[in-house]
Amino acid sequence: MTEILRVERLVKSYDGFLAVNGVSFSVAEGELKALIGPNGAGKTTCFNMLMGQIRPTSGDVFLGAERITGMRPRRVWRKGVGRTFQITGTYQTMTVIENVQMALLSHHRRLFDLRSRAWKLFRGEAFEFLRIVGMAEQADRPCSELAYGDLKRLDLAIALTHRPRLLLMDEPTAGMAPSARVELMRLVAEIVAEQGVSVLFTEHDMDVVFAHAHHIMVLNRGELIADGDAAAVRRNPKVQEVYLGGGTLFAAEDANA
Amino acid sequence: MAFFLAQILNGLANASALFLVASGLSLIFGVTRVVNFAHGSFYMLGAFIGVTLMEMLPGHVGFWGAILLTGLAVGLIGAIVEMIVLRPIYRAPELFQLVATFGVILVIQDLALMIWGAADRMGPRAPGLRGVVRLWGEPIPKYDLALIAITPLVLLGLWYLITRTRVGILIRAATQDREMVGALGVNQAWLFTGVFALGSALAGLGGALQLPKGGADLLMDFNILGPAFVVVVIGGMGSLPGAFLAAILISVLGVFGVTYLPQSTLVLMFVVMAIVLIVRPYGLLGREEVAGEHGQVGRPEPPIRPYGQTARLVVMALVGALLLLPLVAETFVQILVIDIVIFALFAASLHFILGSGGLVSFGHAAFFGGGAYAAALLVRHASAPMEVAFLLAPLLAGVLALGIGWFCIRLSGVYFAMLTLAFSQLVWSVAFQWRSVTGGDDGMISIWPAAWLSDTTSYYYFTLLFGIGGILLLRHAIHAPFGYALRAGRDSPRQAEAMGIDVKRIQLAAFTLAGAMAGLAGGLFVFAKGSVFPTELEIARSFDALIVVFLGGVKTLAGGVVGATFLTGVEDWLSRLQYWRLLLGLLIIGVVIVAPEGIVGAVRGAWMRWRGSAPGLKSKGGAAT
Amino acid sequence: MLELENVHAFYGKAHILGGLSFTVGRGEVVALLGRNGAGKTTTMKSVMQLVRPREGRVVFQGADLVGRPAFRVAKAGLGYVPEERRIFTDLTVLENLEVGRQPTREGAPSWSVERLFELFPNLAERRGNRGKAMSGGEQQMLTIARTLMGNPLLLLLDEPSEGIAPIIVEQMAATILELKAEGLTVVISEQNLHFARAVADRAIIIEGGEKKFDGPFAELDARPEVSDAYLAV
Repeated sequence: MTEILRVERLVKSYDGFLAVNGVSFSVAEGELKALIGPNGAGKTTCFNMLMGQIRPTSGDVFLGAERITGMRPRRVWRKGVGRTFQITGTYQTMTVIENVQMALLSHHRRLFDLRSRAWKLFRGEAFEFLRIVGMAEQADRPCSELAYGDLKRLDLAIALTHRPRLLLMDEPTAGMAPSARVELMRLVAEIVAEQGVSVLFTEHDMDVVFAHAHHIMVLNRGELIADGDAAAVRRNPKVQEVYLGGGTLFAAEDANA
Repeated sequence: MAFFLAQILNGLANASALFLVASGLSLIFGVTRVVNFAHGSFYMLGAFIGVTLMEMLPGHVGFWGAILLTGLAVGLIGAIVEMIVLRPIYRAPELFQLVATFGVILVIQDLALMIWGAADRMGPRAPGLRGVVRLWGEPIPKYDLALIAITPLVLLGLWYLITRTRVGILIRAATQDREMVGALGVNQAWLFTGVFALGSALAGLGGALQLPKGGADLLMDFNILGPAFVVVVIGGMGSLPGAFLAAILISVLGVFGVTYLPQSTLVLMFVVMAIVLIVRPYGLLGREEVAGEHGQVGRPEPPIRPYGQTARLVVMALVGALLLLPLVAETFVQILVIDIVIFALFAASLHFILGSGGLVSFGHAAFFGGGAYAAALLVRHASAPMEVAFLLAPLLAGVLALGIGWFCIRLSGVYFAMLTLAFSQLVWSVAFQWRSVTGGDDGMISIWPAAWLSDTTSYYYFTLLFGIGGILLLRHAIHAPFGYALRAGRDSPRQAEAMGIDVKRIQLAAFTLAGAMAGLAGGLFVFAKGSVFPTELEIARSFDALIVVFLGGVKTLAGGVVGATFLTGVEDWLSRLQYWRLLLGLLIIGVVIVAPEGIVGAVRGAWMRWRGSAPGLKSKGGAAT
Repeated sequence: MLELENVHAFYGKAHILGGLSFTVGRGEVVALLGRNGAGKTTTMKSVMQLVRPREGRVVFQGADLVGRPAFRVAKAGLGYVPEERRIFTDLTVLENLEVGRQPTREGAPSWSVERLFELFPNLAERRGNRGKAMSGGEQQMLTIARTLMGNPLLLLLDEPSEGIAPIIVEQMAATILELKAEGLTVVISEQNLHFARAVADRAIIIEGGEKKFDGPFAELDARPEVSDAYLAV
C-alpha cells in the first residue's frame, strides 16, 4: 500500500520538556488508524504539528512525497489535509449550511469576493455534504442552537468539502452518547471506503477504537510504545500498564477479532 | 550628571500617581473585564475631594488623614457606580460596559463643575515636607522623595493582597472564570464591587497624593486617562509589577522629553507603547490573552440575513424622505442632516471592522481626520481641484489604514485597540506639530467645494449620494463572501485557518476598507465645513464613533448608523443647555441599562416578541434556494 | 433530598428540558444517562441555576432553588463539577482548592486539604504546580477535589469519565464509591454505560429533555428495549 503520510522522528520540546519525543510512523492510503494514549501523552501536540498549528522542534512530516513540515495550517489544508477538532470551532453566528459554504468559498478561492451574496454561492454543493453526514434537515438552523453531536457531524462535513486525501480527527466522538459514537464512526468508515480517504484519529473510547481502527498506535510520555493491530496492542503488557488498565470499563470483545 | 540624576528622581516622583491610577485600572480590567474609561474621573474626584478635606483638616495628621479619607470616599463612589451602572450590564456584549463608563465621565465632569466650580485649585503643600533637599547640588523637593518611597510600598501591599490572601486568590480565580467561582459558592457580585471599589480608591489616592505637585482641575480626568492606559498596556494588562515598571518608564521618559525634545511630549509615550507592543505584543510582563478564555459574554448573535420586505420599505421611505427634505426644510436642518450622514458613514466604517471582524479600534479617527487632511492638503499645497481631492481622500486614508493595520493586525483584543490608539496619536501629533504644512492647531481653513456644489442643497445631495452610497457598500460587503470570511475569522480563527482562510490578510483588507470609508466621510466633512483642525484626529473623535456603534448595537448591521443619528440629534438638542454633559451622560447610561443590546438590538428584540416568532430563517433559506 | 419538578429550560431559543421531574434520595448515587444533546448537562446547570429554568421547581432540602444566584445554590450544599473541568489554570493546586473552601456543614462529610490529598495522592505530589501544567486526568481529579472543599451534601458530576484514559477512569470509579461510603449523595451524568453501572445505584434515562426510564440497573438490564431505544450501544 502507498503511504499518504509519513512522520519521521518528530520532536517537540517546551523549555526542555519533551512533549513529543522522536515519533515516527506512517499512514497508508485508505487506512483508518487510531492514535491513543494517556492524557498528556502528546497526542494533540502531535496532531497540531501534522497540521501546522505548532512548529516541530525537529523531525519531518511528509504528505505523499511532499515535505510539509512547519507549513501553516491553511497551506496544509490546501494540500489536501482536513481536520476536525476535539472542541468544535464552528462559526457560531452562521447557519449550518453557511458553515459548509464558508469552507467551499475558501476551497474555490472566492474569499475576497466583494460582489456576490455569500449565501447564494455553492449552496447546492454544501447541501450534498450535509446530506452525507445526515444534517440536511438542519441546514438552515443557526449553528449556536445545535446539539453537541450534531456539531461534530457538521465539523466532519466541513472537513470533507475540499475532498481531502487525509483526515485528522481529534477525539471525534468525545462527548457523544454510545449510540451516536457508533453511528459517527460507521459514517467515517464508509467515507474511508467510498472516497479512499485516509483517517488518523485520537480517541479515548476503547469501544470505538477496537471496533473501527485498522491499526492502533499508542503514545506514552511523548514516545510511541506500540503500533499494530487491535489484538496485538491489547495484549501488549506495557500498554495495559500505562493506559488500558484492567479493561473492565469497556466492552470485552473487539470487532476485528 | 547631577542634573541627570535629579531628572530621574523627578520622573520617579511623577510615576507615583500614575502607578496608583494604572494599577487600579489594571485590577478592574483583570477581574471584571471592564475597560473603565471613568477611571480618570475617579482620579480627578480624588484631587478635588482631597483639596476640600485638606482645607478642613489641619496639620500632619490632617494632611495624611485627608489623603486616606479621600481614598475611602472615592472607593465608596466607585462601589456605588459599579452597583448602579455596571451590575445590570455585565451580561451585555464584551466592551459594551465602556460606553456606560463613558457616560459616567460626562456625569462626573458636570457634577465636579457644579460642586467645585471651573477654577483650578492649588494643592496645599505637605506639612513638614515643604522645602527641598540638595542632592548632588541639585534641589530635590522633599515631597518628591516621600512619593518615591510610598509607591513601592503600595506595590508591595497590593502584591501581598493578590498573591498571599484568600481574597487575592479569589480575585485571580475570577479573572479567569467568574461563573465557576460563583458555582463554588463565592458571591462574585460583591467580589466585583470590592475590586471596583479598591481600584477606584487607588485612583482617588493617586489624585490626592499628587495635590502638592499638581493641584486639581477639570481637565485632569482626560489628561491622566491616556497615560494610565498606556502604562497598563506597556506593563501588560493585569500585571501590577508591569504597571509599576511602565509607570516609571513613562514618567522618567516624560521628564527627559520635556527637557531635551519639547516638541515630542505629546506623542512620546505613544511611540514607546507602539514600540513595546510591536516587540512584545502583550506588554512587558503581560501574558497572552487566549481568545475565549473568559467565555463569550452574552448570547451569540443570530445569523445575518438581508432585510425583509418591511425593513426594506422603511429604509426606502427614509431615503425618500431625505431626498425630499430640501423642499420643505430650512438650511440649518439640511446642515444637521449632512452632519448626521457624515458621522453615520464614519460610524458604519468602524462598525464594519468591529461588528463583523471583532476588531475594536480605539484610533479610527486617524482615518476620518486623515481623509479630511488629505483632501485639504491636496487643495492647499497641490492646488488640486475639489473633485480630485475628494476622490483621493478615501484612497489616501485607505493607504494610511493599510500601513497602520499592517502593524496592528498582529495583535488582538485590548492590545490591538491600544496600538491603534497609539498610531492615531502619532497621526494627530504630526497634524498638530508640523505647522508649516498642516497649520498646526490653527488647522486649515477655506477648503471649499467646487462652484457647482457651493450652495447647501447641492452639497446636501452630494453628501447623501456618497454617504449613503458608502454605507450601502459596507453593508453589501458584509453579505459578500469577504464579509463572511471576516466573520469566520472572528468566530473561530483556528477553524478559519484550518480551512485555508488567511485570517490576518482578510482582517487587514477589512481594516483598509474601513479606513477608506472613514476617509470618504472625512472628505465629505472637510468640504462641508470648509476647514479641518487637529481635533478631527483626536482620541475623543475615535471614542465618539466607538460610543455610537455600541449605543446602536454591535451585533446588528444598522447599529452604527442608528447610533450616529441618535447621538448627533440628541447632542444638537442638548448642547444648548448648561449642564448638557450631565444629561447626555445620564441618557447614555440609561440607554445602556435599558437596552444592553443597543438601540437596534432592543428594537429588534421587541419586534420579535411582538410578532411572537423565532427569527425567520426559513424565509432566507427559501429565498436563497 | 433533591427533587426536580416539571423543569423546563431553554438555551437561546432551543427548548432543552421539557418538563423534567425526578428525585434523588440521601446517600444515593444516581446516573443520568442519555444520548448526546438529550439534556443531561442542562439538567445539571438547571439545578445549579447556571441555566435559569423557565418553569418548574428545583427543591433541595425543602427549599426551592429556582431564581437564586449560583453562589447561594452552592452555599446550600450543592457541589458542581462541570464537564469542561474549568480549573483555574493560573492558580496552583493549593490555590484552586482554596477557591472552593467553604465552612463545614452539618450532615455532610467534611474535607480538608490533607484528607483530599489522601483521596487523590497524585494531587499531593503536585500541590505547588499550576493548573495548566497538569494532565487531563489530574485536572479532573483537581476539579472534584476543589468542589469537595465546599463540603457539599450532594455532588453533581458532569461526565467525569469523558476524555480520560481508561486506567484513570478505573481510579475515578473507585473514588466515587469511596465518596458514597462517606455518605455523600452523588448525581453523575454519563455516556459511558460501563462506568455508570460500576458506580451508580440507579439510572435515569433522559431523551429529548424528558425522563424515559427511572430504576435500578437490574431493571434496565431486564428491559433491553429501553436501552436499545435510548442508549443503543
